[in-house]
Amino acid sequence: MRGLDISLYVVRRLAQAVPLIFVVILLNFFLIHAAPGDPIDFLVGSMDASPEYIEDLRREFGLDQPLGTQLWAYLTRMAHFDLGYSLRYRQSVLDLILSRMPATLLLMVTALVASSAVGILLGVIAAQRPYSATDQTSTFLALAGYSMPVFWLGQLVLIVFSLHLGWFPTQGMYSLRAPAEGWGRIVDVLHHLALPAFTYSLYHLALIFRLTRIKMQETLSLDFIVTARAKGASEGRVVYGHALRNAILPVVTVIGMNFGFMLAGSVLTETVFAWPGMGRLLYEAIQARDYPVLMGLFTVLSLMVIAANVVTDLIYAVIDPRVVYR
Amino acid sequence: MSMVDLPLAPRPVSALRIFARNRSAALAGLVLAALLLVALAAPLLAPYAPGAIGVGPAMVGPDAAHLFGTDELGRDVLSRVLYGLRISLLVGFGAAGIATALGIVMGGIAGFSGGLVDDLLMRVTEVFQVIPRFFLAVVLVAFFGASIWNIIGAIAILSWPDIARLVRAEFLTLRTRQFVDAARVAGAPAGVLIFGEILPNALAPVVVNGTLMVGQAMLLEAGLSYLGLGDPSQVSLGLILQEAQQIMRRAWWTTAFPGIAIFLAVLSLNVVGDGLNDVLNPRSRER
Repeated sequence: MRGLDISLYVVRRLAQAVPLIFVVILLNFFLIHAAPGDPIDFLVGSMDASPEYIEDLRREFGLDQPLGTQLWAYLTRMAHFDLGYSLRYRQSVLDLILSRMPATLLLMVTALVASSAVGILLGVIAAQRPYSATDQTSTFLALAGYSMPVFWLGQLVLIVFSLHLGWFPTQGMYSLRAPAEGWGRIVDVLHHLALPAFTYSLYHLALIFRLTRIKMQETLSLDFIVTARAKGASEGRVVYGHALRNAILPVVTVIGMNFGFMLAGSVLTETVFAWPGMGRLLYEAIQARDYPVLMGLFTVLSLMVIAANVVTDLIYAVIDPRVVYR
Repeated sequence: MSMVDLPLAPRPVSALRIFARNRSAALAGLVLAALLLVALAAPLLAPYAPGAIGVGPAMVGPDAAHLFGTDELGRDVLSRVLYGLRISLLVGFGAAGIATALGIVMGGIAGFSGGLVDDLLMRVTEVFQVIPRFFLAVVLVAFFGASIWNIIGAIAILSWPDIARLVRAEFLTLRTRQFVDAARVAGAPAGVLIFGEILPNALAPVVVNGTLMVGQAMLLEAGLSYLGLGDPSQVSLGLILQEAQQIMRRAWWTTAFPGIAIFLAVLSLNVVGDGLNDVLNPRSRER
């Protein structure tokens, strides 16, 4: 019975995401038409397009047709995952974005794992001794962490560790002289990954630490903890076995719900370190006013956030037995 | 502690006293006030015009003539930071102000009237909660042009739903309270009920969130500027940081000082926001 409930819940949750995807596509359509200037400029997105190419696009998007027909043409393209073509890169926008996605995911996952592990551990320690020196110092540092622009933090990290100390490369993902495959390649990529991942983790560490600390403090004051202590459970068992297991649920949710915010941080970090991911692509697209790429990125990034929200809800449903599947 | 020692009820403490007792919040309030003063008085304090080229030798580190050094065009970094702070604070307070006003109106209407209006507003705010705001700001500004008013407008459009949800929730609980009923029975029209009776009681969380929103808006603007979507005619701290990206390898001061300015402003806003929360939210006062 429970299995059926879960699959119904999954279907329902996926169905809820569909209108949101529509909203994203409609937003793109709206932007093309509401922004000042000729819509064709936003669809071409490049200065050096031939007149024939422009005419072709005009016809394909039905720009001489009524708005309803145009919307239908646009939706049809989207249904075929056709995000347009970038004249600058001479590549379809979807292929371009997909080719940049692995670099972004590598950076995000590395940083997310590191910051979650350290953030949760620090949060637990701080919650165990509220108002101690450790608690107050880490609380202040966390507040400082999310009061600074992440790209500025990146600039400082770059100046100190790369330019002055010379420990890490200043930009990119590979060195030209490094081996193109095998261990040499992996070591080279990790060497390049270190600084952007460090910058980006520090930023998220702040968020995860603050959350864990608050949730742990709340949980540690609940009755079942008193019961566990009264039973004679060891302090370690009370904190990590009982309290953390309960406090970590909302932390998982918040990480999932902040996925959009995290992607934004990733984009800015990539720009500082010229990390060849989707963020760097966004930067390049803005500089070149490459509108098809810009809209394509907005669409893909929005879909990723919507997907992250669904996945978070599903994970939550699986790990928390109290969730009612409605 | 014996029963006799237990106080019957906590003595009432004035809001200002609680805020001042929170030493970090009081300090942050002073820093924020100082930054606002400095930004307002930028024309008096800045030694040079922010855009003036060649007021000193190019790329010189901090010294007596140029406290924050000079950039690659020989512009005075201190003067640029002072004027940049003005623009960044204008964006922060402007965007948060518009978003708060809009949020109060929309949330108030939805929470007071309920029904279809309320449903509609909730659907809209849900969409805003899922769509990644930073990227929506990027496309909005890229498509509509990077003028300072477009930037303020874009940030406000993305931020108002938070306030609206908050105000709506407060209105939903407050509108059924007895003092509102009393006013209604006394014949008060809807406008008086909303603005005279309910709103003053719903403002506490709005003030806290509005304060935090100013800092978030400043960071958002900095991020946009850094990606090349700043208003070139209104140089903000974010835009200075973007220009510094090219030369910071040889001139750390061009990125360090503008960054510190933005950091101090946002940090003090966040600490003040937390402090206000302690004052205005009675539940957290007991801690």
